[in-house]
Amino acid sequence: MTEKVLMKGNEAFAEAAIRGGARFYFGYPITPQSEIPEYLSRELPRRGGTFLQAESELGAVNMAYGAAAAGGDVFLSSSSPGIALMQEGMSFLCSSEVPVVILNVSRGGPGIGGIQPGQADYFQATRGGGNGDYKLIVFAPASVQEAIDLIYEAVPLANAWQNPVFILADGILGQMMEPVRLPEPRPFLEEKDIRAKKPWALTGYGGDDSGRRIVKSLRMQPDELEAHVEKLFRKYERAQKELCRYESVGIEDADIVFVAFGTVSRIARESIDLLAAQGIKAGLIRPISLWPFPYAAFDALGKKTKLVISAELSMGQLIEDVKLGVNGRYPVALIHRTGGMLPTSVEVADKARQLYQDIIKG
Amino acid sequence: MTKLSGGGPLQASGGSARPSGGEAVNGTPYIRPFGNRILIVTGHYGSGKTEFSVSLAMRLAAEGRRQRWRRYPRLALVDLDIVNPYFRSRERIEQLEEAGVRVYGGVYKTEITAELPELAADIRTPLEDKGCRVIIDAGGNDAGAKVLNQFKKYLTSEDAAMLAVVNFNRYETRDIAGAVSQLGAIEDITGLPVRGIVGNTHLLRKTTAETVIGGHLLARALCDKTGRQLWCDCYPQALIPREALRGVSGYLMPLGLYMRPSWLDK
Repeated sequence: MTEKVLMKGNEAFAEAAIRGGARFYFGYPITPQSEIPEYLSRELPRRGGTFLQAESELGAVNMAYGAAAAGGDVFLSSSSPGIALMQEGMSFLCSSEVPVVILNVSRGGPGIGGIQPGQADYFQATRGGGNGDYKLIVFAPASVQEAIDLIYEAVPLANAWQNPVFILADGILGQMMEPVRLPEPRPFLEEKDIRAKKPWALTGYGGDDSGRRIVKSLRMQPDELEAHVEKLFRKYERAQKELCRYESVGIEDADIVFVAFGTVSRIARESIDLLAAQGIKAGLIRPISLWPFPYAAFDALGKKTKLVISAELSMGQLIEDVKLGVNGRYPVALIHRTGGMLPTSVEVADKARQLYQDIIKG
Repeated sequence: MTKLSGGGPLQASGGSARPSGGEAVNGTPYIRPFGNRILIVTGHYGSGKTEFSVSLAMRLAAEGRRQRWRRYPRLALVDLDIVNPYFRSRERIEQLEEAGVRVYGGVYKTEITAELPELAADIRTPLEDKGCRVIIDAGGNDAGAKVLNQFKKYLTSEDAAMLAVVNFNRYETRDIAGAVSQLGAIEDITGLPVRGIVGNTHLLRKTTAETVIGGHLLARALCDKTGRQLWCDCYPQALIPREALRGVSGYLMPLGLYMRPSWLDK
């Protein structure tokens, strides 16, 4: 660990990817994450890595697919409309079990939308925007430091699970400054390391007795495809047991429980203080893994809780997982802004208080 | 007119060329006295250019009101940041204009989030107006400073002084060498000399007196090495009492943290 330094989110994400071991980056600039390709275009070649600006996000994801199939540790980043273009590739990566670390510094949508922060890519990230039965492992950092730690960890994690690991940040996290500590750099994998550590990777036929290696997503025989998808889902089932992460704050005796991830969770924390000053005890469940979603977190809610509020920057996407977690035990409400608008902590606290008082009055 | 508790009027009536902008109302100088009409604020992304520019504008506006400057009765903040999509000084337009600072920026002034590398034609108004003091908040790094080139005819050595804000806690300017290379990049792309250094070493709300003092020593060393003047060191006044900074020799500028929403530090 280094001394604390002040970094802009996007620069920190890029540096974390290098330090995590990602030797290859393919991308295309898009606001609010363009500092990432800018930073990597300068830093990766200096440190023995490769930066390549693709002709589009579609090109980038497929370059990533190729480099990662050959065993390279690859980092890929974009923002919402660019991530939308990459969806086909993500389905291919999951099907072929090729690990890549992907970052979405998300903005307002739909369509080309706007450049201010958004969380309306929640369904796309957690349900899959590509075709077929597949799952991305999705984490949502709430601070630049947490994003650094998650990206750094995502490189070995993607390799261990042979699955893309997807980081869902938002424009605020990408653009904000925060004092952070950077982790020690991991050395980039050399070809001999790849042969040893990734027995599935396409490192060339011969040279050892590992035989022919094939990376593919095409399976023409339905029984073969079914068996493959079932195999993938045994992996996903294991991920649901092992990868759920969340943070909860003061939920046991809370009158109101907020559920929020990323930037909104920080606003909610300030709202909790504001509500406390008005005599209402509020708590927070902050999912860190969005897939697998930490449904079990809701089992810790107590008798005192009258209301669970999903606070999000979308028209109500996270709320569907909140309802699954709550499972009918408490009323669930939504507080949201969208299109790049951020609610203020006062706005969130006021709406929460109103909703709460309506329930108390019956 | 408010009676000053100390320190004289910054600008004597009749437009004398007395250095100005260097004294606070309580008589404590917060920045090296300067006579330049135009101050160009450059620096690394996140060095605190915008926070410094906004704080300086608010301070100069307050002084201008109290002391009725004759030479520069008008004050403008020109936001040339077209590389940063969030946290631009244009976001503080209302507060600034209320204080008497005219804000100039993009064509779509109110559309602070427009992803257009455009600037309004009226930016030239304050630059051409000899009675207007101008603070130019340039974009970050050499990429942001590049925009200055198209206004170069106004940026003469008599009228304008270029400053570089340095935060030694930024990863890429974490030592003297990093800061020197940053200054060089800004000078190369603008063809203008960096006249003064503004020390602004901070860690946002984690900034302590030690942070500021450590940064001050590095800023001094940078000035000694490169022959620049240290115009001031900044500190967040909400976090650090001035008395804790007795170790800093030179001018101390309190910053207001105008740009940072409180929940960002939750």
